[in-house]
Amino acid sequence: MNILIVDDETDVEILFRQKFRKEIRSGAMTLNFAFSGQEALDFLGQDNPPQVVYVFSDINMPGMTGLELLKRIKERFPQINVSMISAYGDSENYEKAIDSGAKEFFTKPIDFEYLKNEIAALMNKHKSNKP
Amino acid sequence: MDFLLLVFAFRYLQKHEQTKNLYPQWVDLFFKGFIAALILFIIELTLDAPDVFLRWFAHVVNFAIVYAAFNRQEFSPIKVYVNAFLPIVVVYFVQDVTKLISTEFYNSYETWFDTAALFAWIWLFAQYFINRKQRKALEMERIKAAQQELQFKQSEKLKDALEIQVAERTAEITAQKEELLKTLNELKSTQSQLIHAEKMASLGELTAGIAHEIQNPLNFVNNFSEVSSELIDEVEEERAKTGDERDEKLVSEILADLKDNLLKINHHGKRADAIVKGMLEHSRSNSGEKVLTDINALADEYIRLSYHGLRAKDKSFNADFKLNLDPELPKIPVIPQDIGRVLLNLINNAFYAVNEKAKEKAKEAQEAFQPVVTVTTSVSQNKSGLSEALIVVQDNGHGIPDHIKDKIFQPFFTTKPTGAGTGLGLSLSYDIVNAHGGELKIESEPGEGSSFSIFLPIQE
Repeated sequence: MNILIVDDETDVEILFRQKFRKEIRSGAMTLNFAFSGQEALDFLGQDNPPQVVYVFSDINMPGMTGLELLKRIKERFPQINVSMISAYGDSENYEKAIDSGAKEFFTKPIDFEYLKNEIAALMNKHKSNKP
Repeated sequence: MDFLLLVFAFRYLQKHEQTKNLYPQWVDLFFKGFIAALILFIIELTLDAPDVFLRWFAHVVNFAIVYAAFNRQEFSPIKVYVNAFLPIVVVYFVQDVTKLISTEFYNSYETWFDTAALFAWIWLFAQYFINRKQRKALEMERIKAAQQELQFKQSEKLKDALEIQVAERTAEITAQKEELLKTLNELKSTQSQLIHAEKMASLGELTAGIAHEIQNPLNFVNNFSEVSSELIDEVEEERAKTGDERDEKLVSEILADLKDNLLKINHHGKRADAIVKGMLEHSRSNSGEKVLTDINALADEYIRLSYHGLRAKDKSFNADFKLNLDPELPKIPVIPQDIGRVLLNLINNAFYAVNEKAKEKAKEAQEAFQPVVTVTTSVSQNKSGLSEALIVVQDNGHGIPDHIKDKIFQPFFTTKPTGAGTGLGLSLSYDIVNAHGGELKIESEPGEGSSFSIFLPIQE
């Protein structure tokens, strides 16, 4: 399963790669990283239809915000699941994200257990969808 | 004719000012003398032949008056006329004496005596008119003098009034001066309070940015330590395995990751530390000490603080920012918290400008507008060939209209809505840059954006 993580903090990559070491090693999961909204859109546009099934995006990014990215992804690739990660767990951001079609809304620091469960559920669904 | 003289003499004395003022009791006496002389004069005129006795009586009275004029104060006014009428008195006296001694001699020389009497009368009138003219001239002089006196008194009065006015005005001005001094002092203390308030306000703007900037590295510290602990569990799991089952390659991979993680924890801990130190420096009252400062690091720190601060305050806010930092820029001696404030002010303004334009463009739903703020550092040369650090804060907002370009550095000038800006930011920035021996310049193209250039000397 191909997952894209979008955050302007580059260390996020190291963190996620270690957190999902086993899944990556087993080949159950492929992690991709983009450090801005534009970079994420470019990446998704590379393949048609994109390999990525799940996007996790930070909201607070210079340039294109996560919310804007969410809108754009949902416009172009409505099949991709998108969840938001924000440093601020305020209702305004939450409502905007959910209204724009976000699947989940995580607040920082990320609860990796919850995230893992979410991904595991998705992976099962993914597997069962495949013939 | 002697009595006619007496009529004039008594009348004159009776009417004279001196008699009226100093010797009022004499007025009546002189009046009686006047009446008596008048009656005797009429009697003499009515008689065909002059009465010898009356004539001699007139001579005696005349001489008595001449005598009195010089010896009695009451008669002194007549003194001025003595030389006028004395010839007549003398001529008539000599005439009568001659008649008494020798009537024959008198008769043969009667025409002579008449001529002498005529001249004496002419003399009297001439004297009288001359005297009257002189008196009139004197009177005029006296009136003039009195007028001058009056004028002098009036001007004295005026002078006194003016002096009082001057004193009053002086008191008023002194009071005003005192009041102005008081106001000035109040203004001075208000000014320092405002400068302090501005500093605190900019710190307030910073807090949200600071919170975010600290939260991020703290999250990393927590996440990396958690994941490290998990990695150790994995290593122990591997170590529990025996022989070929144990994957030594995995163990060394995990150990390498662990080391990296510790470095990451350290890095993010230092990042949070630097932000807290920066905040403390910003809020600290001016120690005014210049230290060698990495301008690139300062610019990087403040653009992030500003961005995250604005993001935290206004969820709709977004803009891109770019940093073009010249790695060749040496550390320069500045008061870091002061230059930090300048950067913060300029960057906040730039973000505000691009955001205002973005809001308008969104309303008009026109072509896509990419709000971006760029901070560029470089080494430049000034006119005298000395190296300077150049920091340019550029935005693609609305720009500054020409008519307010001159005003933007004035204290309290702001284009922001009431309450949104103190109007002190740019004014303080200007003062701070000047105090560093540097220059703050603006270039702006209305509709295209603005760029603020800070020139700072590299050497002290």
